[in-house]
Amino acid sequence: MASQHTLSREEAPPQWPLPPRIRPALADHQPGTLTAYLQAAPLDEVDIADPLWWETDTHWTFFKRLRDEAPIHFTALNKERHRGYWSVTRWADIMAVDTNHQVFSSDAHLGGITLFDMDSDFIMPMFIAMDQPKHDVQRKAVNPIVSGQNLADFEGLIRSRTQEVLDGLPRGEVFDWVDKVSIELTSRMLATLFDFPQEHRRKLTYWSDIATADPEVPGNLQKEERQAVLLGMLQEFMGLWNERVNDPEPKGDLISMLAHNPATRNMPPMEFMGNLVLLIVGGNDTTRNSITGGLYFLNKNPAEYAKLRANPELIEPMVSEIIRYQTPLAHMRRTALEDTILGGQHIRKGDKVIMWYVSGNRDERAIENPDAFIIDRPRARQHMSFGFGIHRCVGNRLAELQLKILWEEIVKRFDTIEVVAEPERVPSAFVKGYKSLMVRIPA
Amino acid sequence: MATITYVEFNGTEHAVQVADGVSLMEGALGNGVPGIDGDCGGNAACATCHVYIDPAWEAKTGEKSELECDMLDLADGLQDNSRLACQIKASADLDGLIVRMPATQH
Repeated sequence: MASQHTLSREEAPPQWPLPPRIRPALADHQPGTLTAYLQAAPLDEVDIADPLWWETDTHWTFFKRLRDEAPIHFTALNKERHRGYWSVTRWADIMAVDTNHQVFSSDAHLGGITLFDMDSDFIMPMFIAMDQPKHDVQRKAVNPIVSGQNLADFEGLIRSRTQEVLDGLPRGEVFDWVDKVSIELTSRMLATLFDFPQEHRRKLTYWSDIATADPEVPGNLQKEERQAVLLGMLQEFMGLWNERVNDPEPKGDLISMLAHNPATRNMPPMEFMGNLVLLIVGGNDTTRNSITGGLYFLNKNPAEYAKLRANPELIEPMVSEIIRYQTPLAHMRRTALEDTILGGQHIRKGDKVIMWYVSGNRDERAIENPDAFIIDRPRARQHMSFGFGIHRCVGNRLAELQLKILWEEIVKRFDTIEVVAEPERVPSAFVKGYKSLMVRIPA
Repeated sequence: MATITYVEFNGTEHAVQVADGVSLMEGALGNGVPGIDGDCGGNAACATCHVYIDPAWEAKTGEKSELECDMLDLADGLQDNSRLACQIKASADLDGLIVRMPATQH
């Protein structure tokens, strides 16, 4: 039996390209075939990090089995690629890891906060991938952008933009909701937060996609190309930084905040790049995919849409339910700094520990009827999509505000928005999202 | 049993009964007191039940854990008398306690 521990980087030095992934030999990759396989396969023979399970949205069966049969489970399959990882799948165990930052590190130099290690020759420190005390001071440098007062100031702008985007949608023809609404709204917001030129806002989306794209998925950029794109991003932002660093007072945008705060103004370039990636991905992918997911879920649950139309007061709990049900980041990863026991399993120093929020959000032990999408769910706010502990999402209130305003404006305008085909999903075990969702608004 | 007075940021007061052993976060949610969210369910892990304790009562509300301190440190509007309501359990000793809320929970 294979060792139940993560291989060190000395034992498994990063190789590029990665050795081929072992996959089950199946007649086809239709969702029905894949789900049937996951229902019966030995747990040790499944590598749930494989993008296949995410592109086909078939991972659910496996996580249910892990929660019931092996809540702290080690995956050695394909460890030449990922060094081996523990999956934590129950709500309470995820909470225990997320709140124990003394033992479970986020440090980029240990690999960071995603299942796949940050490239060891291209480490991008960012505050989400730092431990205390540096994490705290850098996080505080950007926190004011999402203060209650700032959000109140943004509200009018978010609403007028949302109205403009919705009023500009085609009627009586099929279009991609991801492109025309989800990306449009989030890229405009992100450009505002950075005070980045609005006419170039789609660059932000591009960089976000590149930063999180799995390089092994066919069609995605290879390692060197990806690094070149991110260096180009850095160069562009350095220009904005240099324009703003000598302002007598910081302006209200994120670049000015970073350039003027003592905790961040002397960051090395790779650390500036890391924090840019964090803020771009954090402000972009997550809200984008919740905007798309919400529309999809309401289409799948017409009784819930009827409830919403009858009572728009339900938008607030519905926004939380959308974020739970989507779980736009499927996991966060930690690295054990010392030997510890978790749910009866011996976690060794150096082990990778994956908190599967996507599973915790469907844990029957913590959430009643978790697989149902219920817009007036009691205590809807108690989901784990934002994470818990010191690394909890800093932009959560902004995300909620954007979604709330969007749904207020949708309900005012549209009796129905028809989803005309199943969405195309992102092949990633980290960003749980949609490439496209084709819809039609009746003329 | 304790009578706890929750004061919203806008000054609105809510005096409610909270049973012994129940946290002040649960006491607010269970009685429909607005302004406290309790997103993590009572684990000191989200800081959305941030309140200010009336200084006269601080000694009776107990010590803060390391996690509570860490979470409060990242919250908006941190003051010396900041606490997470989920980490304070009601008891007869706290009868008459007044807690005030920050402008927003974040």
